[in-house]
Amino acid sequence: MSARFDQKISETLADPRLQLAIYTATGRLMSHRKAVVSEDALPEYQELRTQASAIKRHTIENLDWYLEEFERNVIAHGGHVHWCRTATDVADVVLGIAKQRGARLIVKSKSMTTEEVDLNERLSHHGLESVETDLGEYILQLMHQTPYHIVAPALHLTRQDVAKVFEDSLGVPHDIVIENQTLTARGVLREKFLNADIGISGANFLIADSGAVTIVENEGNARLSTSAPQVHIAIAGIEKLIPRAQDLATFLKLLARSATGQPLSVYTSFLSGPRKPGEVDGPTEFHVVLLDGGRTKLLADAEKRESLHCIRCGACLNHCPVYRKIGGHSFPWVYSGPIGAIITPQFHGLDSEPALPFASTLCGACAEVCPVKIDIPKILLELRAEVRDVEKQNADGQLERAAFRAFAYLAVRPKLWSRVLAFGRRLPVWPLGPAGAWFSERELPVPAARSFRELWKERQGR
Amino acid sequence: MPARVSIFVTCIVDQLFPQVGMAMATVLERIGYTVEFPEAQTCCGQPAFNSGFRDEARTVARHTLAALENCEYVVVPSGSCAAMLSHHYADLFPASSQERAAAAALTPRVFEFSQFLTEVAKRKEVGAKFDGAVTYHDSCHALRELKIKDAPRRLLAAVQGLELREMDAAEECCGFGGTFSVKFAGVSGAMARTKLDSIVRTGASAVVSIDSSCLMQLQGAIARAGLPIRTLHLAEVLAGQ
Ligand code: SF4
Repeated sequence: MSARFDQKISETLADPRLQLAIYTATGRLMSHRKAVVSEDALPEYQELRTQASAIKRHTIENLDWYLEEFERNVIAHGGHVHWCRTATDVADVVLGIAKQRGARLIVKSKSMTTEEVDLNERLSHHGLESVETDLGEYILQLMHQTPYHIVAPALHLTRQDVAKVFEDSLGVPHDIVIENQTLTARGVLREKFLNADIGISGANFLIADSGAVTIVENEGNARLSTSAPQVHIAIAGIEKLIPRAQDLATFLKLLARSATGQPLSVYTSFLSGPRKPGEVDGPTEFHVVLLDGGRTKLLADAEKRESLHCIRCGACLNHCPVYRKIGGHSFPWVYSGPIGAIITPQFHGLDSEPALPFASTLCGACAEVCPVKIDIPKILLELRAEVRDVEKQNADGQLERAAFRAFAYLAVRPKLWSRVLAFGRRLPVWPLGPAGAWFSERELPVPAARSFRELWKERQGR
Repeated sequence: MPARVSIFVTCIVDQLFPQVGMAMATVLERIGYTVEFPEAQTCCGQPAFNSGFRDEARTVARHTLAALENCEYVVVPSGSCAAMLSHHYADLFPASSQERAAAAALTPRVFEFSQFLTEVAKRKEVGAKFDGAVTYHDSCHALRELKIKDAPRRLLAAVQGLELREMDAAEECCGFGGTFSVKFAGVSGAMARTKLDSIVRTGASAVVSIDSSCLMQLQGAIARAGLPIRTLHLAEVLAGQ
């Protein structure tokens, strides 16, 4: 385990305020979801998951086809499509557009893909001001923090925290009333919306048959970001494709329910192309930036490809007992929780944090709630096996390998197995190495004086 | 009714909680089965499988497949190990291999204990008595891989003198997770304490599960917290008279 991972976990566990904030916020999202996917509320829920999973599988397996169809349709509507292999490419595209327009100010709505490529930071190097307009993201931007959660970025903050940030950064009086905090942010952000040259958004879905970008949100800031400025740039990973507009009937029923427990988000926007002749508003330029960023590498892997089915609802984070203890910032990348645990090593290599696939009890709560049925525990197991293969080559993890070799050697020799374990049970400290770690949190079990097989033999002998 | 069942007691019951295996045998005999213990059994291999050591897991799986080859029914006092035998063995071997065929043949014969009682033996109760209130902890693999939720609850509720109280976090993981419990000891301990809080809120005097590994985790945390709560395997409750 890297020192960073270890330390972040310890810090989070040691902070009772943070522990309570994470547990309460995720718990609330869990119970909201539960209420809206129940048998009574949505009898077709499981059927929808099956459909969603099948549509995603089909799309990802034919992604080249749908990407081209999408591009054709965007262009037909007067928009532009930019293909980017890396984060740098994304920044270059945005910078190019900004330069052409002489832009200075950018408003941004929430987008994990732009977090992934660290867009704000890259833009600021070139003198561009890029302002987050989602309330949670805005607060985090003021605090110079990354999102704690893929759907609820400021999940770890209390209103007291927010009051302090606003007081320090905006010079407003300390105020813990959430409505007033919202008004403060709204006042600042309105100015930005009105003066922005470019609006940047993410995308929840890219629809191939209509060349449209779908964005779901609750605050209306995405709608403003994409319609007030003259230029709209939507930035999305290539896996966001779905074939047909009608597929949204499946996905929209699942997305908000899984994410926040809402039947539908407050705003669902369909954006296809720039303002048309005769239309009174909307941007005059419409760009879609499509990011690979490691995704095509996953496409080649039949075993783990389904990692690309994710619709970023965040349900797996909320339901993950490990996420609920270690929080979002312990994870090595902007994607945290179970989905982060499976895509981080696939995008950035296993050595980005070799312990990450092991940071799970394989309880399966994530897969149970995933609206597109990604078998996260199975992928974690695959990744664990891959870590062992790498270790074999670079001679790491030798102690554990030796222990499991010995385990397998003994397990196929029942008599020897029994004798060795009988001896082991009588050792004063059982078993030596891991016992210390166990004991740090719990009492050790008292080994039985005699094993089941000994007792059984005796009983049969009677 | 088939008169013979084989029991696969799991390494943890064999070595640490033999009374659970004995209790399971007692209950099975009480309802009319002859119980056999295939002696070549050791461990299902899950520790190696879950730790990424596929070769070692395959070695152990081959051994266990052979050890259980001739058993008509294999009853297991653990949802986790039963899921390993019935679901994951197949994943370990290539599609057309002999082992895959053996694993496929084993799958329908493996039953977790409460599953066997309700689905095969078709018992609603087994003539058990218990004095007090208990709460039931859903072990993750039993719940999510084997879909076992009602069977143990129904069996418990039918025990004379036993009051079953649901806890609010019944489906939350106890934090054991095999080597996770020592690799991420702090997280594991914190998860156990969260679970304990939920158990305590029920006011029950014991927590019951169908997996001894979860119970070992909870017992360790209960003892550390100095709480007067017992941990019992379902078999131990059902064996009581
Ligand atoms: S993996 Fe599934 S549950 Fe997790 S964020 Fe993606 S879609 Fe949602």
